Amino acid sequence: MNHFGPTSTRFTRALGVATILGLGWLAVFGLLLSPDDVVQGSYARLLYIHVPSAWLAYLAFGVTGLASGAYLWPRTRSMQWDRIAGASAEVGVLFMALALVTGSLWGKVTWGTYWTWDSRLTTTAFLFVTYIGYLAVRDLGGSHEQRARRSAVLALLAVLEVPLVHFSVSWWRPLHQAETIERGGLKGLMLFSFFVGMIAFTLLYVWLVMHRQRLMMLNDMIDDSGLDRALAERRNEVAP
Amino acid sequence: MLSVWAISRLVAGKDLRVEWRSRVVSNQVVPFAALMMVMFAFALDSDSVLKRVAPGLVWLAAMFSLLVIVQRAFAVETADGALDALRVAGVRGAGIFVGKALALAAQLAVLELILLGAAIVLYDTHLVGSGIALLACTYLTATLGLSFVGTLYGGLAAGAKGRETLLPLLMLPVAAPVLIGATRATEAALGTAGATTSDGWPWIGLLALFAVAFGIGGTLAFGSLIDE
Repeated sequence: MNHFGPTSTRFTRALGVATILGLGWLAVFGLLLSPDDVVQGSYARLLYIHVPSAWLAYLAFGVTGLASGAYLWPRTRSMQWDRIAGASAEVGVLFMALALVTGSLWGKVTWGTYWTWDSRLTTTAFLFVTYIGYLAVRDLGGSHEQRARRSAVLALLAVLEVPLVHFSVSWWRPLHQAETIERGGLKGLMLFSFFVGMIAFTLLYVWLVMHRQRLMMLNDMIDDSGLDRALAERRNEVAP
Repeated sequence: MLSVWAISRLVAGKDLRVEWRSRVVSNQVVPFAALMMVMFAFALDSDSVLKRVAPGLVWLAAMFSLLVIVQRAFAVETADGALDALRVAGVRGAGIFVGKALALAAQLAVLELILLGAAIVLYDTHLVGSGIALLACTYLTATLGLSFVGTLYGGLAAGAKGRETLLPLLMLPVAAPVLIGATRATEAALGTAGATTSDGWPWIGLLALFAVAFGIGGTLAFGSLIDE
């Protein structure tokens, strides 16, 4: 039963330290060193969190789709893929929520409104709701294989859904918002810190998913051993 | 072994027979849909606003009614383990999917016509002669798309207790493109707010694409979704 160990390894600890350093730099720079934006003032600092969160959420949902496909493909079928898909979706929903909240706060102070029916925003909101549904389906119960197959099919249906939603929304509201971060608008140290933020959030993603999927594996093992343990307890009761 | 098409005809016939004998949709869901149309009028409280948003309200009411019909369609299957029995008997999931979707489409189409009638009576909407073909195509493609999505996610949400509440969360985001497309196409067919018929046809393309995508996706995926 040595499998019931901690979920960390030397690799994840090193990764965790690198993540903390990156996030620490981002916090120091974003809050203290970064100059105020000419137009947006201090509010521009929200972007140091908003953009990496959105990137991380898209990355996470992409990984969920790929891992679900790998699970359904007979040659690569493994519960490992199912757990990666689930862990990735959880992290993705968390950071998509962060991206939506920071985005609407930023929108309120710069555009004067929390929300616009821009196609990118609307598609993002649908993505968020879709993966909340995905997580709910993972919690439905049944055997691990049932959970894995059901949720993998659902994740692939989401891959079908998202382009259709994006297409219909952008057709419905053809006015696109201009790119919120102008290309070339970030210079020098700001641009550097922006990339540090992206890398730090990506490391954070890998770290969270690795721990989460190991935790899921332990959960599954406890579930599996539940019956054996109950039988053993019964035997001990009967035994004199 | 029966072909998928033969199975789906049998399943669709069975579902429609169940409805014909029990009259649940006609006696409960249709009045519920009509009630929604009255409630919308209470909430919006303006003749000109109602006339402007009538196409959207028709499709909104259709989508909410669809939730109820889908739950009914799968309650019939799971109450006595009928779905499991079908699977154990070796009936292919694709046949069950197409059959249930067709039966659902037939019921939904009738309901949508009643909703359109309600919009004409209650919201002062007028049919336009030149828009009839567009309207018919909208109804055909949107109804098929909604039925495929409803059957697919209804099958997933069927079964164990507590799953009924999951259906709206899973289905409504997926069905959103149909709501957008069908509403815009209906506005074009009825000439709402100065829209012309030519504005509507591109949306038929989207609705048809949606129906085909989820028709194929559902046929492939349904078997593994309902396996317990």
